[in-house]
Amino acid sequence: MSLFDLNLLEIQAKLQGKELKVTDLVDQSFARIQDVEPKVRAFLTLDEENARAAAEQLDKQLASGGAASPIFGLPIGIKDNMVTEGLTTTCASKFLSNYNPIYDATVVSKLKAAHTVTIGKLNMDEFAMGGSNENSAFHPSYNPWNTEYVPGGSSGGSAAAVAAGEVYFALGSDTGGSIRQPAAYCGIVGLKPTYGLVSRYGLVAFASSLDQIGPLTKNVEDSAYLLQAIAGHDPKDSTSAQVDIPDYLKALTGDVKGLRIGVPKEYMGKGVDPAVKDKVLEALKVLESLGATWEEVTLPHSEYAVAAYYLLASSEASSNLARFDGIRYGVRSDNARNLLDVYNMSRSEGFGPEVKRRIMLGTYALSSGYYDAYYLKAQQVRTLIKQDFDQVFEKYDIIIGPTAPTPAFKIGEQSGDPLTMYLNDILTIPVSLAGIPAISVPCGFVGGLPVGLQMIGKALDEATLLRVAHAFEQHTDHHKQRPQL
Amino acid sequence: MTATDTQFETVIGLEVHVELHTASKIFCSCATSFGAPPNTNTCPVCLGHPGVLPVLNRQAVEYAMKAAMALNCTIATESKFDRKNYFYPDSPDAYQTSQYDKPIGQNGWIDIEVDGVTKRIGITRLHLEEDAGKLTHVDGGYASLVDLNRAGTPLIEIVSEPDLRSPEEARVYLEKLRAIMLYCDVSDVKMEEGSMRCDANVSLRPFGQEKFGTRAELKNMNSFRGVQRGLEYEEFRQADILRSGGEVEQETRRWDDAQGKTLTMRGKEDAHDYRYFPDPDLVSLFIDEEWKARVKASIPELPDARKARYASEYGLPAYDADVITASMKLANFFEESLQYTQDAKAVSNWIMGDLLGYLNANNLEIQDVKVTGRGLGEMIGLIEKGTISSKIAKTVFKEMIESGKDPQKIVEEQGLLQISDEGAIKAVVEQVVENSPQSVADFKAGKEKAIGFLVGQVMKETKGKANPGLVNKLIVECLNSK
Repeated sequence: MSLFDLNLLEIQAKLQGKELKVTDLVDQSFARIQDVEPKVRAFLTLDEENARAAAEQLDKQLASGGAASPIFGLPIGIKDNMVTEGLTTTCASKFLSNYNPIYDATVVSKLKAAHTVTIGKLNMDEFAMGGSNENSAFHPSYNPWNTEYVPGGSSGGSAAAVAAGEVYFALGSDTGGSIRQPAAYCGIVGLKPTYGLVSRYGLVAFASSLDQIGPLTKNVEDSAYLLQAIAGHDPKDSTSAQVDIPDYLKALTGDVKGLRIGVPKEYMGKGVDPAVKDKVLEALKVLESLGATWEEVTLPHSEYAVAAYYLLASSEASSNLARFDGIRYGVRSDNARNLLDVYNMSRSEGFGPEVKRRIMLGTYALSSGYYDAYYLKAQQVRTLIKQDFDQVFEKYDIIIGPTAPTPAFKIGEQSGDPLTMYLNDILTIPVSLAGIPAISVPCGFVGGLPVGLQMIGKALDEATLLRVAHAFEQHTDHHKQRPQL
Repeated sequence: MTATDTQFETVIGLEVHVELHTASKIFCSCATSFGAPPNTNTCPVCLGHPGVLPVLNRQAVEYAMKAAMALNCTIATESKFDRKNYFYPDSPDAYQTSQYDKPIGQNGWIDIEVDGVTKRIGITRLHLEEDAGKLTHVDGGYASLVDLNRAGTPLIEIVSEPDLRSPEEARVYLEKLRAIMLYCDVSDVKMEEGSMRCDANVSLRPFGQEKFGTRAELKNMNSFRGVQRGLEYEEFRQADILRSGGEVEQETRRWDDAQGKTLTMRGKEDAHDYRYFPDPDLVSLFIDEEWKARVKASIPELPDARKARYASEYGLPAYDADVITASMKLANFFEESLQYTQDAKAVSNWIMGDLLGYLNANNLEIQDVKVTGRGLGEMIGLIEKGTISSKIAKTVFKEMIESGKDPQKIVEEQGLLQISDEGAIKAVVEQVVENSPQSVADFKAGKEKAIGFLVGQVMKETKGKANPGLVNKLIVECLNSK
């Protein structure tokens, strides 16, 4: 049995009771990594020396006065698009293969303040563009439930590392589903908070108006603890929400009596695997048995979400990724003979095909003469999609559906077909466009692969999401299943 | 009528960039100071590192509002920032954060005066943006050095309507803008140091034609004189093309000050598509009435208002008022002087003559010297009272400029008090007349000029301190008594 099968309160109690040391937890991580990492390949960089030094330091602190934080000493993995001072941060791109950040992301500083131990940096699709982790410039990651399958993406490394027990929990980022979809594929809990709840300072931008950092954990309680540690206003992020952060742990009451659930017909129809749909219906029955009610609702503009998303996200990406010019950091082509070469060759050599595809798409969408037809129209669609959700939330407390239309697919199965790949995000993208929070929790297995249940909440109402997800979890044991590796 | 003898009208619009002298940069807390070692006033944000985010500097917004209000612009209630995308090593993000369709200020104007005629020039817009870094190209062209100290310095861009009709009007407009910026205290506005930069759109059309001709965009004019010369050259170049039946090409041209001509930089086909779009890292800027009112209240009386007041209150000639109000510090100096003397014209003469003469000769500005308005006022008082002569006052004033001492003290220390004691002067006069028999003879022969020579001699003997009126009177008396 892994130490990571203990729950968070048990671990903290053992740490306080001197039955367990932080070094034991860190040993657990590296032992497990030694065993399973060749099969999972969740990490891009391991920071073993610093992690062990930090663990010893925390043990001293523990001995001399205790643990000030509920997540004290827990080994964490960080998606490789959050900058860590002095620890290589690549975004899984060749372009940044040599990049050592000169500052810490706000979330990284917050984790340091909460005394977690960073084990390493986790694999992802290059610059978070993709849903299978196959777009990592270095190597793919593998689904711990079946290593012939993708772990999802773009936070595939984060989800795989947590599912495989290599870290206690992890941070991911979600732009169009990049936390929720890999969490679903790997059978863990993934929370995308409301846009603005968690600071983006130090998150290498893909699409600034959509990017959001969130926790990937084995259960809802851990998700609440980790969210508590990273949420809150950051004066360094102008888009960060200036709101009081509630006590998320207090929200976990187990009570869903009278909860009104909306189930969008667009999320249960065409393109959704009937087996997945069945798992969602079973989950709804569980919630019904706890006193909730559900009805079919409609989000009529959902069908335009993927198109709008790929225009908006790519437009922003085309500008956000322009700073990777080979001048100040990152890789500069050896063959460049003049300024234009530096740009053209460094970027041609440094970026992978999916990144190039999206830069071109975004550049086109913003071009003079096309802006109104593409970027502006997509913004209008975004507004309509937001209104869809607003209307449903007038009558319902929460929206529930599948996280992804299917379980994980095989490695290589979709990599030649970007459009099919884009449709995996059809159920997560509308939520991202609306900027509202959603959580994916395990709700069963199809063909030996996990299925994720997506719960979507009102803006800044993470407390309700966590409460419902927690209640569901208390009455199911899907989250207790562990892959055999 | 053939093209050869067509008379053309020049149409000019200016785009002026002014660096705001906020303490820190527009989107990070780095200092904006001029002259620091390369890349020392930088941080992850203004170096464009991965993951950084901008946070808008409130002071920069207030300075932009202040400038826009002083230019009679309507201030936006909701403004926003947009990204202007282009690759260049001086732009670390590979986009400039600027304002596209919701600038801070719009629809303003200022009045300029050329040849005694007042003309209103429209201001299309004023927006806030960030400055780029600086490139130094290494000799031989094998490398360029990037200094990002300036990257992120707040700039305002002031775009005029195409209302200017001559290079001189353009220069006067620019000088007026500079004066207003100085009054508002939002910038150092030094063209030579680059804290004020000017691009011009210039075209020609036959007189009477409504449609504008094809324009050239002119860059790199680094002084007020450069702007006028560049535009004059361009006026000449375009007229030459049109008169010979050619067509002006739409292009960007660079003024070469040394060669005294404009040269092609890039043609229309090389124009960038900047792909402006709203910066998703920044939120909309909402400006409420209370904020507007507070900024408005911080704007001092501007040059035009002061000029009018100087004419009505002090009867100052328009030319004098113009010169003195061109700088607020000078105008303040003038007004301070008038608390110590009633003679505005005398104050103005001293400022325009001795003071500006000294400053220009030494390449200084009023704030660089120690003399105060009070000092000048008091010195004029000393002249009025007959304590010192105007001639001696010149020496005193120079000393005041250089040391900042008050005039009374200088007069006492250096023994410059005017001698008005008749007996003392009379003794010198008699001595001088005694020693100048030739002059006495000349005077007797009817040559009045001889008096001048004798006065000069007396002043020389008294080191200029003798009351000149008294000297004159006593000499005439002495000569007549011979």
